[in-house]
Amino acid sequence: MKEAMRSFKMATWLGWQIESNWTDPFLFGIYSIAKPVSAALILVVMYSIVAQGGPGHPLFPYMYVGNAFYIYVGAVLIGISWAIVADREEYGTLKYIAAAPLVMLWYLLGRGMARTIIGTISVIVTLAIGVLFLQVPIALPAVDWLLFAVAMALGLSSLMVMGLLLAGVSFLIARHAGFIGEAVAGALYLFTGAIFPLEVLPSLLQPIGYVLPVTYWLEAIRRALLGARGGPTFAAWSDAQVVGALAVSMLVWGAISVAYFRYAENRARARGLLDWQTQY
Amino acid sequence: MEAAITNAPTRPPFKRRANLFWRTVFARSYPRLIGLRREPSWMFFEIALPFLIACSYVFVYKAIGAPQEFIGFVVLGGAMSAFWLNMLWLMASQLYWEKQTGNLPLYIAAPNSMMAILLGMALGGLAATCVRAAVIVVAGSVLFGVTYSTANLLPALAVFLLTMVALYGLGMLFASVFLLFGREAWHTSNLLQEPVYLVSGFYFPIKSLPVWVAAVASLVPVTLGLDAMRQLLFAGGETIGFLPVSIEIALLAVLSVALLFASKWALDYLEMLARREGRITERRR
Repeated sequence: MKEAMRSFKMATWLGWQIESNWTDPFLFGIYSIAKPVSAALILVVMYSIVAQGGPGHPLFPYMYVGNAFYIYVGAVLIGISWAIVADREEYGTLKYIAAAPLVMLWYLLGRGMARTIIGTISVIVTLAIGVLFLQVPIALPAVDWLLFAVAMALGLSSLMVMGLLLAGVSFLIARHAGFIGEAVAGALYLFTGAIFPLEVLPSLLQPIGYVLPVTYWLEAIRRALLGARGGPTFAAWSDAQVVGALAVSMLVWGAISVAYFRYAENRARARGLLDWQTQY
Repeated sequence: MEAAITNAPTRPPFKRRANLFWRTVFARSYPRLIGLRREPSWMFFEIALPFLIACSYVFVYKAIGAPQEFIGFVVLGGAMSAFWLNMLWLMASQLYWEKQTGNLPLYIAAPNSMMAILLGMALGGLAATCVRAAVIVVAGSVLFGVTYSTANLLPALAVFLLTMVALYGLGMLFASVFLLFGREAWHTSNLLQEPVYLVSGFYFPIKSLPVWVAAVASLVPVTLGLDAMRQLLFAGGETIGFLPVSIEIALLAVLSVALLFASKWALDYLEMLARREGRITERRR
């Protein structure tokens, strides 16, 4: 466990250096917020030109909060899975990391943690813009902080284990133009009710959302921040039920992800894929 | 003096240079084409998953009761986003990546044109990107019942090709500029995704934005190309157009020529810098 923690701490520091020391703090700050704020503004413009009332539309706070916290999904999934490709092909260090007295699983979680920290800055800025300029009704005294803290702990843990699953896949596939983390995060955008209620999806696709922890995490976050304005999908569920579903789905995904990650890591070692170059 | 002139390397005849140019294009596109066959996982990660992203925006419009043509705008925008991403990650950032993996010094030392190498990258990358864009258009249109006006199909195809010339000209220019940025190249590419989706109107008509934003965004070829194609392909499209199609075509033509010349100049400058200073290919930067 001591070795795991040392791997995690060292990788978090390394990840932070890789992500942040390429420029000065001012430019880094702009970079960290321009992307997520633009993604939020795309949805704001879509609402403004189509929906009656624009940001005053009843679905707008639902969408805005879901979209803001969805930043974590991309950040964590890309942070963990891309570390494999970057270390393997850009820095050429994956084979040395594998040979070093490190726990690979915790090393990758640490790399994801650096992106999570940057993601937190982006989420706060995006939410602040929503509250200050777009009438998103979040009042700090009314926030259910306990629910928020529990949801964040379980939600981020879920994302970490899903990131490990993608890291396992990354061990065994070539580098593609699109980041696998980004592609999967984009796909989850559709199924988790991040920016529209699950009921809008065809009934055949809705069950996918119910097996993903991100769906319950976003619902719990909305309940904590917006009060009764959580989505219509889980209107009949209590807070405890939503958190329980989040915890159970996290554990199931955790077991699957860790098992697959260990299989993929062993397979990559056996097939000599730790120094693979695939820059087509 | 006379001896120096006599010993100066002579420029090979045009036919030989043209031959080398096209052989280089083929050679650089080959690994990308063969890679598609050897690594079939790209089909899932490059086609299936990005298609779902476009679907998300379609369902947002459905959730807020948008008119049907907006669904078509998203489908077309989703398809064009594939080309934008291809340009960013498989052209603009590629020279930086090639530097990191040690290929760049070989490219510069070899007697071929850098333009040919970048064109090869573009053509090799286009194969997968065209499939991805086609899947988004066909599947999106079938699943969401998008209908197109076929009267202007040929002009729309011409606009698309012109947009590609300008876009990949921009990619060639970015490739050399990003290489000078060093590590910032990676982050610049990252930064040019969502903000460009926003200002170029990938998921809504560009006319919805303030005129000055749309005017600045028109420097990105996809902005004008997408706006013109929407006007040509959707019934009543001219009402959502930012500029008349003829003007957008003229601007795209100007952009194409300007960007290709600028990229040639930038690549020559880069090659000169690499030979003179020897630092462009240094992996630590």
